[in-house]
Amino acid sequence: MDIIQVSQLTKIYQTGKDKPPLRAVDGIDFAVREGEVFGFLGPNGAGKTTTIRMLTGLARPTTGSASVLGLDLATDIPRIKKQIGVVPEQSNLYDELSALDNLVFAMQLYGVPRAERQTRGEELLARFRLSEKRDAPFAKLSRGMKRALTIAAALAHRPPLLFLDEPTTGLDVMSARNLRQMIAGLRKEGVTVFLTTHYLEEAERLCDRVAIIVKGRLVALDTVAELQSTAQSKPIVEVTSADDSNNIETRRIEGDDVAAATRTVLAQTEGRRVLAINTLRPTLEEVFVKLTGLRAEVMLAEKGGKGGGNAGG
Amino acid sequence: MLADDLRGMFYIGLKDLRAYYFKPPNISWGILFPFAFILAFAIRNPGDLRALVPGLLALTLLFGTSSMEAIVIVFERRIGALERLLLAPIRLPALLAGKLLGGMVFGLTITLIVLIIAFAIFGVTNVNWILLALAILLSAAAFSALGAFVSVAVTEVFEAQTLANFIRFPMMFLGGVFVPVDLMPLALQIVARALPLTYAVEVLRAALFGGAWTDAALDLLALAGFAIILFALAARVMRRWVE
Repeated sequence: MDIIQVSQLTKIYQTGKDKPPLRAVDGIDFAVREGEVFGFLGPNGAGKTTTIRMLTGLARPTTGSASVLGLDLATDIPRIKKQIGVVPEQSNLYDELSALDNLVFAMQLYGVPRAERQTRGEELLARFRLSEKRDAPFAKLSRGMKRALTIAAALAHRPPLLFLDEPTTGLDVMSARNLRQMIAGLRKEGVTVFLTTHYLEEAERLCDRVAIIVKGRLVALDTVAELQSTAQSKPIVEVTSADDSNNIETRRIEGDDVAAATRTVLAQTEGRRVLAINTLRPTLEEVFVKLTGLRAEVMLAEKGGKGGGNAGG
Repeated sequence: MLADDLRGMFYIGLKDLRAYYFKPPNISWGILFPFAFILAFAIRNPGDLRALVPGLLALTLLFGTSSMEAIVIVFERRIGALERLLLAPIRLPALLAGKLLGGMVFGLTITLIVLIIAFAIFGVTNVNWILLALAILLSAAAFSALGAFVSVAVTEVFEAQTLANFIRFPMMFLGGVFVPVDLMPLALQIVARALPLTYAVEVLRAALFGGAWTDAALDLLALAGFAIILFALAARVMRRWVE
């Protein structure tokens, strides 16, 4: 079942009196299936955040339509808001309130019964490894903890659909790794996750399906494996071998099929000890480059480099 | 839907009071500031100090409700926290009303403290309690809405403070706090009639000194009008944020 359906969604911003209007999102169509982690990839300014803002009621589409959880975006925004959790790019809880009070306030806004709030708050703190920071003001938490608490707050009312906008941007490697484990855990619980990221390795590890958006238009949408197959027309076989003096050499051969390529590369290494044979698939980064014609570095531009984006877990 | 709105409004107000308003500097500033102005005026113009009480209460209400109110929305907008409220399952007017509620409750609390001090010094005679309650409530609503309008009209916190003072300080001198409006030149009287503080001072004077309900009713109506118009303008600006 599709939990989000988007049809010809467009957002045009008027940028100034004598300037042409900006088509931030330009007639995109896609669907997100229930229970999947859906990756929405693109460089800065591609339209990722604008799409999230439209789907969560923070911006009105110029044209096009969408349904979220079976409800029409044009007419049912308050009901949609009640059933979604949103984690914006910036951790935006209240500096003055403690970790627990921030969670309790989130639950108050969403009508979680009073009797449940304390228990649910403690449960979320434990799950996000923040129990020790229960009474610490949000301002005093580390960046990674702030991010984790912001996600916890978005989950406080148990939404079946969670929007995560660039969740690991600016985090150190360990915090980013912990967060990815938490996101992977959400899928196991059946929460549908709509994830925007400019870290291709992150999307490759976490997402069931990936959409790539560039300049407001979708250029690809499929599973990571299918995108890899599409981007690579012929299989590549890599053989690592060594001679009698232990000089190691690696050769790659592209063939019509894996068997033919393997035969060719083995013939080329005759008389040497074969150490390893691998078939190679392109990384999502290579797929991105091939599909968009952009350099992969544009995904990291203006975001402070790779930082927490190194997908180490 | 209405239940969601009312709940959201209540908890937003409560959260603002906890996070921003009931902090020692705000409380002391809210009480001391109007007293300091009134005392300075009284020292320069000794006379019937009791006559300055309506002005003192009006100033306390003005500064108590609008000072933090003028900053809260723009501050939360800058740090991204307002987005949490915009994402909540409540309608925009309820969100704004929650913000106003925080300012009003804080302003009413410190005004009550000032009122008790004033009664302790000057005694309680000839007070129309119902009129006094209505006057304080509607003044708090009008001034809180003024603060909210200032807060949504700007994009930086320092701009909010500048704009709020740009509006409040001339109002303080033209609104009949120190000099009755009737004694001002005609041109200034006309300006004074466009200021909510003028009606607050007048209706408080009537409530404390046995004024007529008929005159006071017009002042109450004017204050309610200011509250509604400023609230509607602020809501209109906010609606543009989600377009």
